[in-house]
Amino acid sequence: MGMTMAEKIIAAHAGLEHVEPGELVEVRVDFVMANDITAALAIREFEKLEVEGVFDRERVAFVADHFVPPPNIKAAEQCMAVRTWARRKGILYFEGGRDGGIEHVVLPEQGLVLPGEIIIGADSHTCTYGALGAFSTGVGSTDAAVAMATGRLWLKVPPTMRLFYHGTLRPWVTAKDLILHTIGHIGVDGALYRAMFFTGPVIRALSMDGRFTIANMAIEAGAKAGLMEVDEKTLEYVRPRAKRPFVVYQDDPDARYEIDLDFNVSDWEPVVAVPHLPSNVRPVSELADVRIDQVFIGSCTNGRIEDLRLAARILQGQRVHPEVRCIIIPGSGPTYRQALEEGLIDVFVEAGAVVGLPSCGPCMGGYSGVLGPGERCVSTTNRNFIGRMGHPTSEVYLANPAVAAASAILGRIASPEEIRLEAVPV
Amino acid sequence: MRFQGRAWVFGDNIDTDVIIPGRYLNTTDPKELAAHCMEGVDPEFPRKVQPGDIVVAGRNFGSGSSREHAPISLKAAGVSCVIARSFARIFFRNAINIGLPVLECPEAVEAIAPGDELEVRLDTGEIHNLRTGQVFRARPYPPFMLELIRAGGLIPYTRARLAKPQPGAPGG
Ligand code: SF4
Repeated sequence: MGMTMAEKIIAAHAGLEHVEPGELVEVRVDFVMANDITAALAIREFEKLEVEGVFDRERVAFVADHFVPPPNIKAAEQCMAVRTWARRKGILYFEGGRDGGIEHVVLPEQGLVLPGEIIIGADSHTCTYGALGAFSTGVGSTDAAVAMATGRLWLKVPPTMRLFYHGTLRPWVTAKDLILHTIGHIGVDGALYRAMFFTGPVIRALSMDGRFTIANMAIEAGAKAGLMEVDEKTLEYVRPRAKRPFVVYQDDPDARYEIDLDFNVSDWEPVVAVPHLPSNVRPVSELADVRIDQVFIGSCTNGRIEDLRLAARILQGQRVHPEVRCIIIPGSGPTYRQALEEGLIDVFVEAGAVVGLPSCGPCMGGYSGVLGPGERCVSTTNRNFIGRMGHPTSEVYLANPAVAAASAILGRIASPEEIRLEAVPV
Repeated sequence: MRFQGRAWVFGDNIDTDVIIPGRYLNTTDPKELAAHCMEGVDPEFPRKVQPGDIVVAGRNFGSGSSREHAPISLKAAGVSCVIARSFARIFFRNAINIGLPVLECPEAVEAIAPGDELEVRLDTGEIHNLRTGQVFRARPYPPFMLELIRAGGLIPYTRARLAKPQPGAPGG
């Protein structure tokens, strides 16, 4: 019986010929990551192990991104503790600056997470690296600590759920809409325990940035990982950056899928996930009467250069609605610089948006855009849970960057098409 | 490894807020956490549960947040293992990592009534209902995970292994 990519990667890292879904195995991990919040806890568990250093200093990274630059003294202290420990142990450390930014944007950009690898991170959106054909999953603090010390992890082999996308994308339908449609279809536990495998001509036609957006939100359907096949585009992205050699795996022709779904995307339109679940998906055209107070464009889901280009296309020559705060945050230092070179930052500032420093920003209500009671935000992030971006009565509407930018201009949830029409003089 | 105790039967989607409500997370002391264990569904549970007792539940046990406090509170309350139709992924990991065995066995859950005397043999995955005489079989744990649970969790297990490297470890 053939194996899926996920099964092959796990088998190779367990030193086994073959694995079956449901089997418990111990694997070698290629890379371990934690952020400024979770690293603090992982350090505490690590110290209990009474070992000197981590298993490999080039394969453990802390990325400070949730509270950087620190908004208050407590956050500053937490960040100091994480930074000091990282320096003492000689592991990789990113905190803003030239190469820093959001963990899930930074690590692929730096070539630190690669196809065919097993990567674990003390952050649930670690599944993002599945876009590179890696088996990549989020864990708790104890797991991260032990993996930092030993380079090993136990795991249960997940069954694979195959999602095949075909058809022609309509204008303004992006990777974000593909994953929101999917979660709307299968539900927030629709992929519980499973590895999602995103495939088909529509996925193959996406850029790497779009693929990251989709893999990022696999966890929003409960999945353990969200993988994609490695093609020429993947290799073009990975080759110039890769810090290590890597292996490419593919599904066997007779691989077994627990669930096989087929989506014709031709009649899909841009969608918005309304409060308070990412699965509450509605067509953008049905929400035109929802007034908003804030727009956030950024995060590990939609904070990459292609997302910023899309937002700039809409905002070019336009003005942000006077009653809306529009916050745009490039996901990393290199993304910021690229946006600067392409003149995108100029477009944003000219339109009246605020451009922030590479970080998670207001995505989980940390700072720089926290919502007050009853405030509504159209956000390109991944979670619209109760109180996610601030006050428990505030509301988060998840959308793609074009919808977010159009909404910023009109002060209500809007389709990008409305802007194009208005921009044309009658 | 064997456990014997009375069954405490619960339904589907017992989430981590039910197992240990958020308002008690200002401590990591297992005893304090145990005093509020399962309070969300049965406020009497912490006082009535006996050492060795077994929690039996439906689908998606431990869903919600990734707080390790949830399995810690069950273990500290005396629960020897949890049998469910299915577990939320991160709870499953966290439970094993802190040394609380968890078994997936829908057939057994079907056939267990509250208060049934159960015996669980971890090495074979057998679940005996001593009241009815029925025997069910969950997928047995591989040796390394048995060892991990025997050691009391991932941290003590790893400490022991780091002190004395085992050349035959899986994946070596
Ligand atoms: S951007 Fe948001 S979802 Fe992504 S890592 Fe930061 S807080 Fe988490």
